[in-house]
Amino acid sequence: MSVQPTAIDLSAELHESGRLRSLAALYLATMRMAIQTQIQYRAANYFYMLGMIAEPVIYLVVWTTIAKQQGGSVQGLTVGYFAAYYIVWTLVRNMNVVFGAPYWEHRIREGELNRDLLRPVLPLHYDIAYFAGWKIVVILFWIPLAVGLSLVFEPTLDPRAFEILVFAVAIWGAYLLRTMLQESLGMLCFWTTRGAAIFDLYMTTELLLSGRLVPLPLMPDWVQDIARFLPFQYAFFFPIESLVGDLSNAELLRGLAAQLVWIVIGLAIFRLAWKHAIKRYSAVGG
Amino acid sequence: MNAFRVTWLFFKVGVLNELQYRVNFVVQLFQSAIALTVGLVVLALVYSHTDELNGWSQPELICVLGIQILMGGAIKTYIQPNMTRLIDDIREGKLDYALTKPEDAQMLVSVREVRIWQVVDLVSGSIVLGVGLSQIAEGVGGLDALAFVAALVLGAVMIYCFWLVIATVAFWVVNMWTVVELFDGIYLTGRFPVGIYPGWLRYSVTFLVPIAFAVTVPAEALTSRLDWQTLALAVGFAVALFAATRWFWRFGLRNYTGASA
Repeated sequence: MSVQPTAIDLSAELHESGRLRSLAALYLATMRMAIQTQIQYRAANYFYMLGMIAEPVIYLVVWTTIAKQQGGSVQGLTVGYFAAYYIVWTLVRNMNVVFGAPYWEHRIREGELNRDLLRPVLPLHYDIAYFAGWKIVVILFWIPLAVGLSLVFEPTLDPRAFEILVFAVAIWGAYLLRTMLQESLGMLCFWTTRGAAIFDLYMTTELLLSGRLVPLPLMPDWVQDIARFLPFQYAFFFPIESLVGDLSNAELLRGLAAQLVWIVIGLAIFRLAWKHAIKRYSAVGG
Repeated sequence: MNAFRVTWLFFKVGVLNELQYRVNFVVQLFQSAIALTVGLVVLALVYSHTDELNGWSQPELICVLGIQILMGGAIKTYIQPNMTRLIDDIREGKLDYALTKPEDAQMLVSVREVRIWQVVDLVSGSIVLGVGLSQIAEGVGGLDALAFVAALVLGAVMIYCFWLVIATVAFWVVNMWTVVELFDGIYLTGRFPVGIYPGWLRYSVTFLVPIAFAVTVPAEALTSRLDWQTLALAVGFAVALFAATRWFWRFGLRNYTGASA
């Protein structure tokens, strides 16, 4: 009788390490599949990225015009800063493309969830891995765009090695953070079929408070105060600012920590919502 | 006159069809309100840091925003739905149904669809335009108003031509599903007068994608900036573009072999 608990402990440990190993294999395989698929659709991917460029170019031109009218800067932000900000913006914006909340409705309505539930892992893992693989293609495709934009708009970009390192981590932090937020929001689809209005409202809040519209220092103080207590800027403004701005090492590390905290909070919300959502779910079609 | 009757008939059927889905009206209202709010917030931000943007005051840019929304409403009610349907029909081989009818094919494919709830943008754009105009002290002269209407109509014709050229490309290129998003992205440039953009972009959104003609030129008319040369250029370009588009459409049509519809 005394041997048995040890045996159980050992097998549980083995089981756990095996589970992690197969999860890693799942991530790798899914990412590889995403890369291969998305390279097939390279023209469509490129058009999509090109369409995305109009938005930052408009903001950039507007703020550059204002800066030039005022002798080269707005609130200390120079023409070169704006160029750098909105060029790096294009990469961070692409990292912010994740499995979106509205697609949960599609997943439920079309019965895709039935298939996903038969798998031994959460659909969340699959989403993270697939879009992460896609991101690798997107980053590759982004490089020529960035070179082109840099030739046209002449950004001021002079990062330290540590800033580049933090940026390289922060764009993936942004990706995970936005994934958690969007997946959690998507859980609403289990309770209502009219999530679209909430998603629109959410996207607008995000647009204004994340730094996507303008660098946050240009916002009125009270807006910046609100933004401080919300996760949005850590998925957008912080990654850009880590490369383009002049943050101290402590500020950079604090930003990464904030990303981590919000990712964990997002994951906790998702898990809680998922637990309840899946109990409510009854399959339609399949 | 037959063309007008057919257009009217399609319009009536399209409207009746859309009226069944009344919730869509509320959805559209909500989306338009959000888009308008963002547009106004951007302007408020811009003018919290400056008094004028490239010579344009805040009320004048509110007019530009109004015209951009209004023209966007016209595009989304009528032009875009017809052109995306044309693209789909070409891909799926269903264009045969339109071609076999005893009417001009270009006319037919341009009037088959109408998204009546998008009219919300026509209305909200007009209101924004009215609010902007009421804040401009000088007021609008009769001649300016006339030039505005003419520029607006010419702009709509040019946008239609642009879309038809793009849709005609579908005779050769199959994968066109990103075209709408690409256009929507570029159309956002109309929120600001074309003069602020650097040269290459200015020419692109004037002659390649005629957004400047559709939004900035009418706005110039209202704010007494328009000279007769620009208006004459708009007329000339619209006529030339329409002729070229018609030729290109027929050229594309000759390449169409149907696909077992």
